[in-house]
Amino acid sequence: MTALVLLDHEGGQIRKAALSAVTAAARLGDVHVLVTGDAALAQAASQIAGVSKVLHAADARYAHELAEPLAALLVSLAGGYDHIVAAAGATGKNVLPRAAALLDVQPIPDVVSIVDAQTFVRPIYAGNALATVRSSDAKKVLTVRSASFDAAPAEGGSAPVEAVAVVESPDVSRFEAVQLSDSARPDLESARVVVSGGRGMGSEEKFHALDPLADVLGAAVGASRAAVDSGFVPNELQVGQTGKIVAPELYMAFGISGAIQHLAGMKDSRVIVAVNKDPEAPIFQVADYGIVGDLFEVVPQLAEALKK
Amino acid sequence: MSEPVRESMEFDVVIVGGGPAGLAAAIRLRQLSPQTSVCLIEKGSEIGAHILSGAVIEPRALAELLPDWRERGAPLNTPVTAEDMLYLTETGSIRVPMLDKVMPHMANHGNYIVSLGEVCRWLATQAEELGVEIYPGFAGSEVLIERNRVVGVATGDMGVGRDGKPGPNYQPGMELRGRYTLFAEGCRGSLTKQVMVHYDLRKGVDPQTYGLGIKEVWEIPAENHRPGLVQHSFGWPLDDKTYGGAWLYHFGDNLVSYGFVVGLDYANTWLSPFEEMQRVKLHPAFRHHLEGGRRISYGARALSEGGLQSVPRLTFPGGALIGDSAGFLNVPKIKGTHTSMKSGMLAAEAVVEAIKTDRVEPGSFTQKVRQSWLWQELRTARNIRPAFARFGAMGGAVYAGLDAMLLRGRAPWTLHFKHHDNETLRPADLCTKPFYPKPDGKLTFDRLSSVFLSATNHEEDQPVHLRLKNPSLWKTVNWDVFHAPEARYCPAGVYEVADEQSAPHLQINAQNCVHCKTCDIKDPTQNIDWTTPEGGGGPNYPAGM
Amino acid sequence: MKILVPVKRVVDYNIKPRVKADGSGVETAGVKMSMNPFDEIAVEEAVRLREKGAASEVVVVSIGVQQAQDTLRTAMAMGADRAILVLTDESPEPLAVAKVLKTLVEKEGPSLVVLGKQAIDDDMNATGQMLAGLLGWGQGTFASKVDVVDGRVNVSREIDGGTEQVSLALPAIITADLRLNEPRYASLPNIMKAKKKPLETIPAADLGVDMAPRLTIVSVAEPAERKAGIKVGSAAELVEKLRNEAKVI
Repeated sequence: MTALVLLDHEGGQIRKAALSAVTAAARLGDVHVLVTGDAALAQAASQIAGVSKVLHAADARYAHELAEPLAALLVSLAGGYDHIVAAAGATGKNVLPRAAALLDVQPIPDVVSIVDAQTFVRPIYAGNALATVRSSDAKKVLTVRSASFDAAPAEGGSAPVEAVAVVESPDVSRFEAVQLSDSARPDLESARVVVSGGRGMGSEEKFHALDPLADVLGAAVGASRAAVDSGFVPNELQVGQTGKIVAPELYMAFGISGAIQHLAGMKDSRVIVAVNKDPEAPIFQVADYGIVGDLFEVVPQLAEALKK
Repeated sequence: MSEPVRESMEFDVVIVGGGPAGLAAAIRLRQLSPQTSVCLIEKGSEIGAHILSGAVIEPRALAELLPDWRERGAPLNTPVTAEDMLYLTETGSIRVPMLDKVMPHMANHGNYIVSLGEVCRWLATQAEELGVEIYPGFAGSEVLIERNRVVGVATGDMGVGRDGKPGPNYQPGMELRGRYTLFAEGCRGSLTKQVMVHYDLRKGVDPQTYGLGIKEVWEIPAENHRPGLVQHSFGWPLDDKTYGGAWLYHFGDNLVSYGFVVGLDYANTWLSPFEEMQRVKLHPAFRHHLEGGRRISYGARALSEGGLQSVPRLTFPGGALIGDSAGFLNVPKIKGTHTSMKSGMLAAEAVVEAIKTDRVEPGSFTQKVRQSWLWQELRTARNIRPAFARFGAMGGAVYAGLDAMLLRGRAPWTLHFKHHDNETLRPADLCTKPFYPKPDGKLTFDRLSSVFLSATNHEEDQPVHLRLKNPSLWKTVNWDVFHAPEARYCPAGVYEVADEQSAPHLQINAQNCVHCKTCDIKDPTQNIDWTTPEGGGGPNYPAGM
Repeated sequence: MKILVPVKRVVDYNIKPRVKADGSGVETAGVKMSMNPFDEIAVEEAVRLREKGAASEVVVVSIGVQQAQDTLRTAMAMGADRAILVLTDESPEPLAVAKVLKTLVEKEGPSLVVLGKQAIDDDMNATGQMLAGLLGWGQGTFASKVDVVDGRVNVSREIDGGTEQVSLALPAIITADLRLNEPRYASLPNIMKAKKKPLETIPAADLGVDMAPRLTIVSVAEPAERKAGIKVGSAAELVEKLRNEAKVI
């Protein structure tokens, strides 16, 4: 069996999440990848460990990964593949369902675990439940969660690159512009690292103690409801049941006790760190790493250690 | 805020509250007079969302209202098949013998264990089929009184910011004008409270006394489920002076309703109804029912325990109080659904008569109540709760037995309530702290993870709906004298003392509020005013609750 | 210009979903249901486009059980003009939904279909894209801003790490992301008025669409609870662990 992975890219780089999609696809069989953009991207794709063939769509109409032409291209290539896979990011979620519709296939988004070639596990109800689903479609179209599969090594492969021809598609969309957000202080919901404070921060002024640490990490700043209710920070920063739901690679909780309402907003984070004075704080029950101590001492020490 | 432009709509009857009383009244109105327009509003996000009761119900009123309730699929599916009343000691329990003799009011033959929320949802569909207009998600926030007659209510504004100013999605409230308005808000209704004051409806009656009921629903392994089993307890963990006890009912599909009621006339400021409720689950008489199960829902609600002596004047120009807004709960029976429904039905009859004769006040309601079985029931039961208040748990139980066996409720005397529940707390340094074990995360839990299961939510950006009339009283009275009893009696963790060591102040987490109204009742100086938050806010109790 | 807005009735976002004891799915009986929040945003956007004069009519459609009427009434209380309920007891997958919507698009002839980007129950995030594919229309997914100008629609899209602008020929598909707008309340007077707005019911079978599911649910389970990790003694040790053990920095 062979799987075709759509490799999405940003700023001339293949996204790390796409490398996780390669790992997932390798569980299903031989891995071919499709990449758009310039020759350097195709070259990078060929070096990913585990990739046996690179299909390169160099035409400019594919460069911005617009769904309309790209889905048509995928459909034209789909014949030889049992699985079509992409990372569950904005590109994969935009393109793959469209291609699936054209293939008369029900896509399977956000796969977190592969049971067998037909059977996959995916979260539903915002991760409150995990559904195991079996597809009866001849081809499977899936997007996979990068947090659930390690990234394939970017080096080590030497797959041949094959140019693919342009496929006609309705000319209905036009790329205009892109603005990438400031990576120094990213958006709470899309940040790779989130640094959050709770009532233990003490006051609006003292809450800023987190800023230097967030700067070093390029992290977004979040807060518990207690911190918001105490007036330390505005409501937009609230992480939790009634605030934002985040699932960063790293979530650091300072002075947050860890009420279930807060956990509901961050428990799917990959790694959780907690710093709290109270060794009994429930946050430690979900934290991968904890420090019992005064956050006003620990935070500057962390910022220093990270600079090294 | 400046006078908002409010739309208004005219109805013959406006009903505030979609519980058993309001829905029964609505149904009866349309049955008796199909041309009468009836509008019912409910502050919960849907009918049933704020309904919390044990509940074992007596189908008497339902059978009078809808004799074919079985054919219509009323969700009364678990008949009571076995029942026990236990007197608990710390480690053991004594089964009260001859229950049907010494506590005949407790006999549940012919009664059903239900989810009252489900019953209300079903009643609402019956009412809608009869043409009642039902609008959940809208809180009555203002009584409209013109020329000393209640002419309806206004719903609250939506989209007002925390600062009290209209936000971008501001929607002014709406005036629902009715020739008659029925207040069916349940215990301690916020509009009912205003109406009682305006018309001095409590003149000459005993103070109302209340209880706080806290409830959990558990799903247990099928092999442990005994549908129809009813178990009540009194005694431990409450001291002899504190009224209350636990219930446990097996019903539905492997569900168990477990809960605990504490009389809000309790004296020990350190008492925490929530923690009492939690620790009873660890008692051998309760534990084995729940072990191996999972808790699926949680909630709390105050109930009126005053009975007959505390029932206020029921009518006023332009309307009436029905259900637990008036206090029709039969405490010894621990049932109020049938009495609430009956009161709603009788009010409906009175309103239909008033419409015909164009009377301002549906005054025949009072007469109808006095001539009904509802009054007989409350009259028979009238001395039992006050006996507990006066003689304590054991004395009260003995009195209740004597009352039942010898006097059969026909005692020539009536015991009275002397105090308001807010007057009974004793200063912190005169009270002993009960020992509450730490939650184990299996059978017992903390407040916040409990509130989580009530699916409570309030739009964040809105004015705090729990208001301190005089904020400075908190420090001098609540903190200095009673050590913040609200932090313990609130079953939802709304009240929290922040900076306890340095500069203690009260943090009000209004978003957690499950609308039980206990703070409005128990605050020592009646300083906390519970007002309606934006409609749709509060708990979202599922069917099963 | 007509706008079609599909809306779905889902378990209310305030309710913590509970997996059924037999693992067959999530408990929906007796649970509060509401309009999918992303669909509320879609309705709001469509109504705003009509209020701005960019559209003349907003038609909402739902595919589901009889009670989905309540969801449609809510949409009409928010400002939609009329509603269509495609009645079915099944819970169709996005592919089937897209096929049903395609027949309605062909019947109604809207210039724009605005959908929520995903439903908060199955979290599929697929219906809009699939409908666009079946119709051969352009798709502006995960929209945070929508402008209709000169026969085209300009859409700002939320992408990983930023925003992208695309321009689509009409007719087109939009799927709404969280930041597109803040939906208005369905006010009580508008709820009363919405009762009188037209609602057409079409049995799904009458549309002749193959709605057979392609996915079988093998089981549904609660996610494993997180386990407590380790306590570390110092900031330096923590950084070392994050770098070399967890490899997150």
